[in-house]
Amino acid sequence: MTHLSEEQLILFHYDEAEERRALEEHLAACELCRSRFQDLERDLALFGAVPVPDRPEDYGQRVWLRLRPRLMEPKTFGWRNLFAPQRLALAGALASLLVVAFLAGRYSTPRPTQSAAIPAQARERILLVAVGNHLERSQMVLVELANTESKGPVDISTERNIARDLVDENRLYRQTAARAGEVGVASVLDDLERVLIEIANGPAKISPAQLDAIRHRIEAKGIIFKIRVIGSQVQAREKSVAPPPPGGRI
Amino acid sequence: MNRMEESDATVVAQVLAGDRDAFRVVVERHSHNIFRLAFRMTGNEQDAEDVVQETFLRAYRRLDRFESRSSFSTWIYRIAVNCSLDVSRKRRHEEESRVSPEPEAPDPVLSLPSTGPSADRLMISAVVREKVETTIKALTEKERAAFVLRHFEGLSIEEVARAMGLKVNAAKNNIFRAVQKLRRALEPVVG
Repeated sequence: MTHLSEEQLILFHYDEAEERRALEEHLAACELCRSRFQDLERDLALFGAVPVPDRPEDYGQRVWLRLRPRLMEPKTFGWRNLFAPQRLALAGALASLLVVAFLAGRYSTPRPTQSAAIPAQARERILLVAVGNHLERSQMVLVELANTESKGPVDISTERNIARDLVDENRLYRQTAARAGEVGVASVLDDLERVLIEIANGPAKISPAQLDAIRHRIEAKGIIFKIRVIGSQVQAREKSVAPPPPGGRI
Repeated sequence: MNRMEESDATVVAQVLAGDRDAFRVVVERHSHNIFRLAFRMTGNEQDAEDVVQETFLRAYRRLDRFESRSSFSTWIYRIAVNCSLDVSRKRRHEEESRVSPEPEAPDPVLSLPSTGPSADRLMISAVVREKVETTIKALTEKERAAFVLRHFEGLSIEEVARAMGLKVNAAKNNIFRAVQKLRRALEPVVG
């Protein structure tokens, strides 16, 4: 007798098994599978042991009262506020800082400079945080578009506006990476920039076919995956230059 | 007809026609569910509150993308899952850049007294709860989302797939992996 797999038992538990009648008959006849199924049911019941904090009955009204004023705000989300113009200036300054730091490290002998006021490790950390944020925001835009499904025209004006901000930031980081000899990073940023430009220069409302074309470009180049890889490398480097926690060492 | 009795699709049509306050109906109708989902996804009450607000805000601003033939609850679940993942990633990133790794705490399961029959049931249940919580957090994003939507929110696998933008088989595999990982984690406690 072939016993039931764990997957079949899971589907049976959730009432999603296609061959339900056959599974029922097997469970009635096979003690081993019946016992395994009982174990599964016991375990699944235990997963419910984690309680969710109660919300009052009028919770929905409270959510609405907090939400309503925000519906009248201009179309900017919390994380999207990061795209304020002053951020662009910061990105430029940071990119230049990286070039300066790179060139200083490669072509000059150590000597006191103005930027020495900020320790090199802190400078690198600031830059890594900024690059990390840039990659995270780019990824969010691409994931959003990759996940959008529609049979009619789609309004991507929000993503388009964000992409416009990201293009300039991205160019700075790409050029900086290329100058620093980070060929791999520069190449990924180059792919990213092409997609961002396509979104930024495209219409605010696009057809499903245009959306598919953007999605295809994102997927064909594996950009999201590459950004994630670089993002985690950036995070790892950021961690490695992070100062020790206060009180951690004397 | 009382406004609260109107279908989600009707309410959405009213909002799109310019009646902003009609949105209140879907907010009141779905807030509890979104909070529950967000809490299961983030494991943090304040984060879950933020996710609820952000989910409805995003939904409101993208309401023209909602297709009335689909289910509004599946659509908003999808937004809530994405918001929860954004918040979790941000939280993880903040924690990683703030704190250096601490020495690992002793595994609460391993520190349980081995005298099975006399073990305090309450303690076991606390241990199980903690084990489930930590294991759910350790699942991949897709596994966690798929499992929470299927197991706790009762969505069918097809709805889970739609809410996550996955193929049905991929949603199914994520649920299998999540259940298997959780069961393996519980093995030492439940034997």
